[in-house]
Amino acid sequence: MLAADTQQVQWWLAQRSLLSGSVQTDEALRHTTLLELSDQSRLEILRIIASAGLGHVGGDFSVIDILTTLYFSVLNIDPKNPEKEDRDWLILSKGHCAAAIYVTLARAGYFPQAELNTFMKPLSFLNGHPSRGKVPGVETSTGPLGHGLPVGVGGAIAAKLQKNSRQVFVIVGDGELQEGSNWEAAMSASHYKLNNLTVIVDRNGLQQGDSTENTNQLEPLDEKWASFGWEVIHVDGHSPTSLLEAINKPRSDKPRALIAKTIKGKGVSFMENKAEWHHKVPSPEQVNAAIAEITS
Amino acid sequence: MTKELFDCRVSFAETLIELASKDKRIVAVCNDSIGSSNLKEFAKLFPEQMINVGIAEQNMVGVAAGLANAGLKPFVCAASPFLTGRAMEQIKADIAYSRSSVVLCGMSPGVSYGELGPTHHSIEDMSWMRAIANLTIAIPSDPNETSSVVQWAALSSEPIFMRVPRHKIPAIPGTERAFDPTKAHVLREGNDVSIVAIGGMVHVALDAAALLEKSGTSAQVIHVSTLKPLDEKTLLSALSKTKAVVTVEEGTTFGGLGSAVAELLSQNSPTKMKIMGIPAVFAPTGSAEFIFDHFGLNPEGVAKEATALIK
Repeated sequence: MLAADTQQVQWWLAQRSLLSGSVQTDEALRHTTLLELSDQSRLEILRIIASAGLGHVGGDFSVIDILTTLYFSVLNIDPKNPEKEDRDWLILSKGHCAAAIYVTLARAGYFPQAELNTFMKPLSFLNGHPSRGKVPGVETSTGPLGHGLPVGVGGAIAAKLQKNSRQVFVIVGDGELQEGSNWEAAMSASHYKLNNLTVIVDRNGLQQGDSTENTNQLEPLDEKWASFGWEVIHVDGHSPTSLLEAINKPRSDKPRALIAKTIKGKGVSFMENKAEWHHKVPSPEQVNAAIAEITS
Repeated sequence: MTKELFDCRVSFAETLIELASKDKRIVAVCNDSIGSSNLKEFAKLFPEQMINVGIAEQNMVGVAAGLANAGLKPFVCAASPFLTGRAMEQIKADIAYSRSSVVLCGMSPGVSYGELGPTHHSIEDMSWMRAIANLTIAIPSDPNETSSVVQWAALSSEPIFMRVPRHKIPAIPGTERAFDPTKAHVLREGNDVSIVAIGGMVHVALDAAALLEKSGTSAQVIHVSTLKPLDEKTLLSALSKTKAVVTVEEGTTFGGLGSAVAELLSQNSPTKMKIMGIPAVFAPTGSAEFIFDHFGLNPEGVAKEATALIK
């Protein structure tokens, strides 16, 4: 198991104190700061995927603005004490986007950023899919799809029983919603009135081989969640302000689903909205072109 | 003299109730299986500690992982064929690989549901679970051991799979002791042949040894409670005393106790073996007793195979 980088945690805490809170005096500044942090993470994701020669860059870029917003502005966590009892949980159910969560966790100081250089290399703690036993901050191992939400439901039920203030966030891919286990869990969540549970659907519209709608139609997705007893809010998954506004809305007694409209490969024009970038690895020239676009 | 017979679900529920009354971390997680797991009293006494997710095994096991990772101590109680078959990937990824402190209780395992047919037989559960890393597998042989396994599991932090027998079986000598997952036990000494048995087949092995004695064959009986990790030391030492080994289990002969013992012996001290259980077929429909007789999983059948093996 990896250990925290205390200096990095100090940096993260400083960012966190500037960017947290339900309302900011300068909301526009928070928005742009979070997007800058997110673009820095994109560069790091690109670097470790190019180095590994493996990874899921399209989905990483689709979800990274959501992860940055949560880790720098929302979650009650302590990277120095990842098992803190009343911590909020973030479960990345779309575990193939491991690079995005590893980069985010490293930037929060859960483990040294140098460890990112080992991504997907022999004997690395940083597998192609996150492991609870190896990486602090990972609440459950994911990779096979449809696993995150049931575990999140368990964590949310436990918080109710323990009278714990824990909020549970589960990020699911949209294609992943074709797995039936999600809907078993969705039923339980409303049955148990889990208003401490939020699902964020990374709705980029593409799965490995094609669009979700050509493969196994998900729409009307909002009606599906609503009919399972969930409060549904549409958000822009690349807008921290849009995400924060939804997350900070007062809760009813229902679990909440945010359908976050996103773009697979967001930030790099030749990757955007292309299913092939699900797990294509950029060539050195493409890496340079991508860096130029992200930093422009 | 007729032996008194027990449904192990009774001692299972009594023990879980006793533990749950003192330890609020203990929760039962069910798939509409409160009645079949004999947990109606538990649900009445501790409604908050009973999580019934309905008929949804994948969700049930995932929810249990979440409860455990949050600091509770879940006992997942569901019919073994559906718990292990339907939720196999959740058991692998959410429980074993994630080292989630969950006790998976396979109710009515083996051919407990004999009359209901092969969809409801759980002859594969021990083999499937044995293939998964990080999972300790405890198979109680009687009501006392069922109780002691539950008490041990409540204090363990490891992922555990246990069976809870349903069809009635007698008590086995020595099972009043506290459960030690590292130990197999020699229940009867013998020089000619060894019988290694697990779960509801331990009493059959003891009766077979008594029959063999009458015909002049001295049979050693070894009681394995923990299928994984196997107590290799006790087994190797005891099995070196006889020239042949019969294994007996209520499950498929592929990948269970017989396979585990064969893996051990073939790599250390190759010994002639007979693996008894359900061979490569779906078992026929009938009571558990009928199915045991059908496959020779009774004292006469085991004695016969042991005799043939040492001829």
